[in-house]
Amino acid sequence: MRVGLTAVSAAILVLLAYFFVKLTIEAKPVFERFGVFGFVFDNNWDVSKGIYGALPLVVGTLVTAALALLIGVPVAVSVALFLTELCPRRLRGSLTVVVDLLAAVPSVVYGLWAFFFLIPKLKPAEQWFADAFHFIPFVATGNVAGPNYFIAGLILAIMILPIVSAISREVLSTVPPDQKEAALALGATRWEMIRMSMLPYARRGIVGGSMLGLGRAIGETIAVTIVIGDNPILGHSIFDQGYTLAAVIANEFNEAASDPIHRAALIGAGLVLFVLTLLVNSIARLMVLRSERQGAQPTVAAAGEGL
Amino acid sequence: MNPDKIDTSREAAGAEAPQGGTAPATAGSPGGEQPASPPAPAKRQVELRGLSAYYGDHQAVKHVGLYFAATDVTAIIGPSGCGKSTMVRCVNRMHEEIPGARAEGEVLLDGGDLYGPDVDVVAVRRAVGMVFQKPNPFPTMSIFDNVASGLRFTGTARGEVDDRVRKALSEAGLWEEVKDRLGKPGLGLSGGQQQRLCIARALAVDPEVLLMDEPCSALDPVATLRIEELIGELKQRVTIVIVTHNMQQAARVADTTAFMLGGELVEVAPTDKVFTNPDDERTEQYVTGKFG
Amino acid sequence: MESASLPSPLPPVSARRRRADRLARSLLWTATGVAIVPLVLIVFYILSKGLGALSLEFFTTDPTGNFFGDQGGVKSAILGTIEIVGFAALVAVPLGVAVALYLTEYGGNGRLARSVRFFVDVMTGVPSIVFGLFIYLTLVLGGFGGSSFAGWKGSAALALLMLPIVTRSAEVVLQLVPNSLREAALALGAPRWKVTARVVLPSAASGIVTGSLLAIARAAGETAPLLFTATIVKATTFDLNEPMNSLPAQIFQDLKQPNDELVQRAWGAAVTLVAMILIVTLIAKLIQRRSRVQGAP
Repeated sequence: MRVGLTAVSAAILVLLAYFFVKLTIEAKPVFERFGVFGFVFDNNWDVSKGIYGALPLVVGTLVTAALALLIGVPVAVSVALFLTELCPRRLRGSLTVVVDLLAAVPSVVYGLWAFFFLIPKLKPAEQWFADAFHFIPFVATGNVAGPNYFIAGLILAIMILPIVSAISREVLSTVPPDQKEAALALGATRWEMIRMSMLPYARRGIVGGSMLGLGRAIGETIAVTIVIGDNPILGHSIFDQGYTLAAVIANEFNEAASDPIHRAALIGAGLVLFVLTLLVNSIARLMVLRSERQGAQPTVAAAGEGL
Repeated sequence: MNPDKIDTSREAAGAEAPQGGTAPATAGSPGGEQPASPPAPAKRQVELRGLSAYYGDHQAVKHVGLYFAATDVTAIIGPSGCGKSTMVRCVNRMHEEIPGARAEGEVLLDGGDLYGPDVDVVAVRRAVGMVFQKPNPFPTMSIFDNVASGLRFTGTARGEVDDRVRKALSEAGLWEEVKDRLGKPGLGLSGGQQQRLCIARALAVDPEVLLMDEPCSALDPVATLRIEELIGELKQRVTIVIVTHNMQQAARVADTTAFMLGGELVEVAPTDKVFTNPDDERTEQYVTGKFG
Repeated sequence: MESASLPSPLPPVSARRRRADRLARSLLWTATGVAIVPLVLIVFYILSKGLGALSLEFFTTDPTGNFFGDQGGVKSAILGTIEIVGFAALVAVPLGVAVALYLTEYGGNGRLARSVRFFVDVMTGVPSIVFGLFIYLTLVLGGFGGSSFAGWKGSAALALLMLPIVTRSAEVVLQLVPNSLREAALALGAPRWKVTARVVLPSAASGIVTGSLLAIARAAGETAPLLFTATIVKATTFDLNEPMNSLPAQIFQDLKQPNDELVQRAWGAAVTLVAMILIVTLIAKLIQRRSRVQGAP
């Protein structure tokens, strides 16, 4: 049995390596044509002309992910703090389940709901915001587009909420009670106690959890492609239409089947996406690991899966 | 209230609290009350009246009446589970932090009831400090920041913070040892030093009372002795209540000793009397080691 | 002597601190409310829009591909999802448990084990569309197995997605099995593999089942990996070697159509899919809670 299990496990590593190599090989044509930097940093994705500069996609991916973090992480950490410190005991179980259930909704349903409900409902508010705050960079725009970066970022924020909240909750619940007692005994209010003994202790784990959320936001495809407008032109404001690496692959794949350069470009986009998420997730895991060594339980990492 | 020179002599009672806090011993009065009426409310004097504490339906402290005189050290002794820690935690209202826990009765500090309707729990804890069984300095903070932590809440000016940290560390007998490494993490100190750090942290906010819940039980004998010396030095400055399971420690350190059993106050008297000639038979059995 | 009437000797608590504390508390309450609102809205919305589409015909006929007239139901999508996800589970669960067993029982902290553990963890972060891409490149392009798009290739992509989830949850549960149990069995002279199979696995069984069910729930909701592996077709098929429909793919295709009835069908399919996933998730949580109550890991 030992040999069999070892072989299977080693095979996983081999498989991952193989996939990476295969992706690179298949993407080569586009890198040969445009160069690696050209592909990633040129601002021109024009399928009709056969030009593939992925900057609008890269920027779109990063902007929507950043919006998701900006909106999602504070809410997720607040929810985690609430559930650990403020929530009345009898409500705690059911509220936790409800927050975690957000993770059970499939991404296509999120996209569906955002498209038919969020977009029309939020458009007036977005227009008002764009008009009122047009002096803030990246906000000003003439007419707010229906599908846009902002809506994509918002739906991503909702989608990463359960995972960031679950990990934050785990980390916060492992703050040693004597730390909290020490702060309270000094005459701290509840909020002061949270700031003094809980947040610094849990900071690393929370950041790790947020990065896992970031990884998820970067890779999310279907919900984003439904609400971002799928416009390969780099927008000027968060209320413009845009595109992301993942969305472009999903959308253009069928038409690219017959065009080798187009297909290679999409695979190149997939490669960039792969590398990005690998990076973010490796860092995230390391941070969560370090917060585990601080004394948290090994279930912290598994908390992200809703276990 | 804070004399610069700390008088270690037990006799010098200073201008405060007139009585030495000696109450006549009692022979098992029902519900455990200290019978003689305590002196008139004075600075730093704590009085418990009919204090009961519950964990849910379970009553851990049964109607205790007790007072802690200002310049005395009062020790609370008793077997495990007798309610001594619980009772002490009611004085700084930490008991109610436990879900389902509550307290009834009165705790008077200088005559004012800490459980009164308009009293802010946060203010209570600033006036009544606590040192815990296991030293618990904040791990993410330096030595200086640890001691200053209580001062940060009230936005104390930088210069004043420095002064008070220095004073607190001196009073805790730690200044000389750490004055050159105030920026180093608090966890880098030895166990005994960490506990003195926690004492300094508690002293920095200028409490009137200091509660110590078995402060030496996690420490080696040398560190323990050091802290016992400290207690003797500090008692002029703060009213000290120390919970201990170590009877020799109570004999060394305390002026008054209270013996608790099963949530009740059995006997309270000057330490000498409790250990040599107690009135209650249960007290005698405990201090001679027949149980507990 | 009076007690309550004397002025309080306590230092005053500044109003600023009290305000800050109150503000922080209300923010935390609000944030929690905000977090729950989307779920409530979504459930409400898909129910109100989707329930109307459900009918016997909805569940028993295949999509016809007609734009006008009879568009048909989503039978092939429902069956397709069950087949594709089921097959994926058949592959991913045993493999995932095998890797977990290796990590806890045999690998310990050796270099191979540490690398595997790290990369399995990292795998959980790989976007599902990248897995679809992998399978497309390796299996679809080459026409492996005599077909281009096929249901089983979709399963392969989903299995890649499920594997790290199963492995990690299994690992956590296996680690919780007390070592004393293993040692007792070994001391009785049982060979290692028997100890694993007869003592450790049964003890961790409910946890493993929970993790697998959660992985299944996750996989059932995925669209992207299926787009270019199993793709979207109309007819029901039980041949995994053929292109196969699935609920997420069907929803994706229908929702952007400028035809209200097709959109309504998408809502109905969404209700169906969410219901299926919720049922699986709730069963998993129930098993988890029950095993906790019984004191098992």
